[in-house]
Amino acid sequence: MRIVQGTLVAVLALGIGGAQAQEKKPGEKLKVGFVYVGPVADYGYSYQHDQSRKALAAALGDKVETSFLENVPEADSERSIESLARSGHGLIFTTSFGFMEPTLKVAKKFPKLKFEHATGYKRAANVSTYSARFYEGRYVCGEIAGRLSKTGTLGYIASFPIPEVVSGINAFMLGAQSVNPNIKLKIVWVNTWFDPGKEAEAAKALLAQGADILSQHTDSAAPLQEAEKQGKLAFGQSSDQMRFAPRAQLTSIVDDWDGYVIGEAKAVLDGTWKSHDTWGGIKDGMVVLAPFANMPDDVKAKAEATKKAIADGTLHPFHGPVYKQDGTEVVKAGENAPDPMILGMNWYVKGIGDTLPH
Amino acid sequence: MSLDILQMVLVTIVAAATPLMIAALGEVVVERAGVLNLGVEGMMVLGAATGFAVAVETGSTLVGAAAGAGAGLALSALFGLLTVVLSANQVASGLAMTILGLGLSGLVGASYVGLKRAPAPHLDLPGLTDLPGIGRLVFGQDGFVYFAFALAAGGWWFLWRTRTGLILRAIGDDHTATHALGLQVRTVRFRAVLFGGACAGLAGAYLSLSYTPFWAPAMTAGRGWIALALVVFASWRPLRVLAGALLFGGATVLQLNAQAAGIGLPGQLLSALPYLATILALVLLSLGRRQGGSLAPASLGRVFTPHR
Repeated sequence: MRIVQGTLVAVLALGIGGAQAQEKKPGEKLKVGFVYVGPVADYGYSYQHDQSRKALAAALGDKVETSFLENVPEADSERSIESLARSGHGLIFTTSFGFMEPTLKVAKKFPKLKFEHATGYKRAANVSTYSARFYEGRYVCGEIAGRLSKTGTLGYIASFPIPEVVSGINAFMLGAQSVNPNIKLKIVWVNTWFDPGKEAEAAKALLAQGADILSQHTDSAAPLQEAEKQGKLAFGQSSDQMRFAPRAQLTSIVDDWDGYVIGEAKAVLDGTWKSHDTWGGIKDGMVVLAPFANMPDDVKAKAEATKKAIADGTLHPFHGPVYKQDGTEVVKAGENAPDPMILGMNWYVKGIGDTLPH
Repeated sequence: MSLDILQMVLVTIVAAATPLMIAALGEVVVERAGVLNLGVEGMMVLGAATGFAVAVETGSTLVGAAAGAGAGLALSALFGLLTVVLSANQVASGLAMTILGLGLSGLVGASYVGLKRAPAPHLDLPGLTDLPGIGRLVFGQDGFVYFAFALAAGGWWFLWRTRTGLILRAIGDDHTATHALGLQVRTVRFRAVLFGGACAGLAGAYLSLSYTPFWAPAMTAGRGWIALALVVFASWRPLRVLAGALLFGGATVLQLNAQAAGIGLPGQLLSALPYLATILALVLLSLGRRQGGSLAPASLGRVFTPHR
C-alpha cells in the first residue's frame, strides 16, 4: 500500500513544486526537505527525524523553510527525492538506509544541491552521510538486560539483516555477556520496519520461548505493549516510548539528530558545506538513552557508569577479545573494533545460537 | 511448558486470522454481487483510526467497534456511489478509496497517536475457559473473534440458503439477465458494498482495539490487500475464507515462532512459508476441481449501466 501512497505524495509534490531546479541566491531562504520511510507520527525513527526538522525551523527561523515526505517506500523513493530536488530545495535529508542508491542517482542529476543520507556508506561530492553509533546504546541495554533477566534468556525483534541491525544485536549480546556469560539470546527477524501486528506476534513468540526481556529494532510500540501486558520488561526504540509501557520500558535508545541537522543547514547557508561522513555516539549527544526506569537503583547506577565510560572513551562495546560464532577471533585482546568492521558487520558474536540470515 | 506454547501459538493464530477473516468475508459478499472493491485497505485503516478515537472518547470498546464499522461503511458508501450509481471504473475507484482512507485515517487519528487503552476484554466463561488444552483457545477469546466465526457461518447461510443470497449471486454472475428479470441490480450491489465496507472497518477496529491496542498511521500494514487475495484463494466461499485466514495467519505466526524456538531453518525459507503454503493450497484446490473454468462471479468488476 505504501507504494500507492508514496507515489501519490510524490506526484502531488511534483505538481505543487513545479519542475525548476534552482540554485540558492544569497539572502534567499534555504529550502530543506526531508524524506521519511515511515509516518511522522510513528513515535519512532521517522518521528525523531521530524523532531529535528522542527528544531531546525525553530533554530534558524526565517532563514529556512522545511518540508517533508512521509511513508516513502524504499524501493520507489527516487521520484520522491527528485520531486524535492525539482521544487527548489537546497538541502535534502534522505533518512533511511534503502534510500542510498536513489539519493546518489538524484544527486548526480542535481550537482548543485546538497544531499544528506542517513545510515548509508556511499558518498559523492554533494552527498554526505551521517549515522549514529546506536550500538553504544545497545551495549548499555544489553548490560541492563543481563543483570535483570531471571530466565537467562533475552529476546530480540530484528528487522532486516543489514550491518546496523547486526552490530546492534552483537553489542546487545556483548553487553549482556559482560555481566552474565551464560546469557542466551533469541532473535526473530520480522522483515519489516513497521507492522504493529507482526511485531506483537514476534514478541509473543519470544516471550513464550522463555525470554523475559525484549529488545527491538523495529519501529512500533507493539512489542513494548506486549511485554507490559505479560508483566515482562523491554527496551523502547528510536524515541522515548514510556507512555506505551510505563511498567515495562527500562530505557529507550533515542536518536537525536537536532544538532547535526541544524549544523548542516548552517553550513549550507554559510557556503562552507562539504561532503563528509559523520558517525556520532553517546559522546556527541546523537545517541541518547531515555531515563532508566523499572529497575533497582544499583542496576541504574551501573548503567549510568557504563554510559559515561562509553561517552568518555574508556569503554568500547567491541573491545577485544571479540569472537565470531565459530570461535574465530576478530578483535584481538586489548584492541577495539575499527569503524569499518562495525559498519560492515555481517556475523554474530560467539554465544548467539541462531544463524544469521543473508 | 511445550503444551503452553502450543496453546499460545494456536490462540495467536486465531487472533492473527480474525481481521483477515472479517474483512475477507465482507469482500466475498461484495464480489459475489459482482463488484470488485480494492478499497478494503483504506476502509480498514479508517475503521482502525475511527474505532480507536471513538473508543477513547466514549470509553467503550463496543461503541468504538461500531464506529469503526460505521467509518468503513461511510467510505464504502462513497465507493458505491461512484461505481454502482455513477458506473465509474471499479479498479480506479477502489484504489482511490484506499488512498483516501489512508489520508483520512491520519487526519482522524492525528490527536490519538501515542495514546493507549486497555485491549478489548476477553470473554471468559467460568469453568469452560479453565479447561485444559482447548479451554483458552475456544472460550477465552474476545468478542471480535466470536463475531468473525459467526460471520463465516452467517455468510454461508445467507449466500447458499436464502433467496436474497441467490439473487445476489445471480446478479454477480449476469447483471444484464437479472436486470431483464426485473431484479434490483444496483440496489442489491449498493447494499453489498455497504456490508463489505462495514466489515472492513470492523476488521480495522479489531486491530486498534484488541490486537495491538493503540493507533499508529498505516497500522493495517497491507492486511486489506491480504484479505483481497484471501477472497480469490477461498474461491469466493465463506467457509474457505475461514480456513484460508487461519492458514495465512498461521503461516506467519508459525514462522515467527519457529525462529524464536531456534529451529535451524534459513530465514528466507521461513519468510517464504506463507507464500509457499498459498501456492500449495491453490494447486490442491485446482486439482480437486474437475470441470475447469473460472470460479469467479462472471460479472465481477464489470460496470453495469441499465439503460444501454
